Amino acid sequence: MTEQIIFYLLAIAITAFSIMAVTSKRIVRSATYLLFVLLATAGLYMLLGYYFLFAVQISVYAGGIMVLFIMAIFLTHKPGKNVSVRRGWRIGSSLLLSVAGLLLCGDIILNNVIGIYQFIENEKLTMQQIGTAMLGTGKQQYLLSFEMMSILLLACIVGAILIARKTKTEKNEPNETKL
Amino acid sequence: MLIYSQPLELTKLLAAVDSFLQGNLTPGWAVLVKGILVGILILVVYALIALALIYIERKVAAFFQARLGPNRLGKYGVIQSLADMIKILIKEIIHINKADKLLFFVAPLFVIVASVLAFGALPFGMNLHALDFNIGVFYLLAVSSLGIIGILLAGWSSNNKYSMIGAMRSGAQFISYELSAGFSLMTIVVLSGSMQFSEIIEGQRYCWNLFNGHLPAIIAFVIYLISGHAETNRGPFDLPEAESELTAGYHTEYSGLQFGFFYLSEYLNMFIVAAVATTVFLGGWMPVQINGWESFNQAMWYIPSWAWFFGKAGLMMFLSLWVRWSFPRLRIDLLLNLEWKYLLPINLVNLLVMVVVVLSGFTLTDLFPALFGK
Repeated sequence: MTEQIIFYLLAIAITAFSIMAVTSKRIVRSATYLLFVLLATAGLYMLLGYYFLFAVQISVYAGGIMVLFIMAIFLTHKPGKNVSVRRGWRIGSSLLLSVAGLLLCGDIILNNVIGIYQFIENEKLTMQQIGTAMLGTGKQQYLLSFEMMSILLLACIVGAILIARKTKTEKNEPNETKL
Repeated sequence: MLIYSQPLELTKLLAAVDSFLQGNLTPGWAVLVKGILVGILILVVYALIALALIYIERKVAAFFQARLGPNRLGKYGVIQSLADMIKILIKEIIHINKADKLLFFVAPLFVIVASVLAFGALPFGMNLHALDFNIGVFYLLAVSSLGIIGILLAGWSSNNKYSMIGAMRSGAQFISYELSAGFSLMTIVVLSGSMQFSEIIEGQRYCWNLFNGHLPAIIAFVIYLISGHAETNRGPFDLPEAESELTAGYHTEYSGLQFGFFYLSEYLNMFIVAAVATTVFLGGWMPVQINGWESFNQAMWYIPSWAWFFGKAGLMMFLSLWVRWSFPRLRIDLLLNLEWKYLLPINLVNLLVMVVVVLSGFTLTDLFPALFGK
């Protein structure tokens, strides 16, 4: 009962803020609405009792990515100016595209993901279990993909530093090279 | 292990309240009422700690600068911050032109909500722990990173260049130092093998993590204190609000209660950093215990756990104030250099050292199991 009420509250928040994020004409406001969407999603994870993903969602999306978004918006030209909205066939086509995307994702989730999904038996997933799953080499353990991702991120960081640094040593560019 | 008598613990009171609620209400309502009670209690303690800290800070600052500090309201000026609170509550909230009204309104809420969320997960004493996640340390780092968005939005929505520069500086500083804070806490997570605060505290019964991990733990402790201090935008790291250059930084345009939110959360963040340092490095609410000295341990348990917690946290906060009023402000490039060129590399190596120490059994509990063992 309580869980359902909270779920519907979160669902309403997610939908409403998603729509507002897309329709808002001020880009910083859009980013803030998007942040609310991400926070409400974190709330869903909390409702499921999956605290690890909850904390990851908050620290990565809210703490990392959104800060990056907002800083990137600050660095653009005239961030406060209203974004012009294109009317007509563009809205229709993007609506169509998003519905198609929804159908595709829904199909994949319903037919494929649920088929191979393993429900976790015990209630609380401990950090130790997550750790061994991430850094193990056995069956259903993901050391290789984990390390591949870290190499990818490292490459991203090196690339970002290469792009951001101008000639010799300019120390005053802390914002871009950060994350 | 003996069961010690704990006369001043709040455990019995909490159990009495719990059984009273369980007896008079259906289970669902009992949980709801308990949740609301805990929430109110946390907010009240939050406000009280903020008031106390503001008074203490003013007194300590006065002491360091050889002045008197607040001394008119009440004996030694103790109700000065209460008067300030009443004043800030009845002050007008000024709406500025051409500001983004919505974001201007939301920004202080972000800051204060982040600090309340972090505050709620702190273990204040035995059974005085509202949220005990199995990812406690990680949760705390995650929710405290929300505050920075409020600061950035505050700076941007004020439509003021000083606010904006202050917010950008603050953002850069916060993101940088959060890395260090996170890594130094991870070092201790490696040592204690858990992220849950209750387990971390239980593991420090006979030997604090600070001593248990000796060299790497002490390095992590120092780094945590520095980066925690920098994260709260205080002390030598308060250049986001450097008065001489930026008026008041990101909260230049705020007034009344909205400014109060920023102010409150700054003090509470200081407390949270001190409390986390206490919990993770200094044994939290656990009294000083020595394996085998039963009567000594009993004597220590007569001091309630919350007193131990606030005592240790108070010591940490005094350190923070000491640093704040002793050192001159850093320049922004020096500040970022300190983090990225010194603290972060030291931290990464330190984490590895800690892993080696734990794996090869060089912690004090491994070396002297009779003295420090569980």
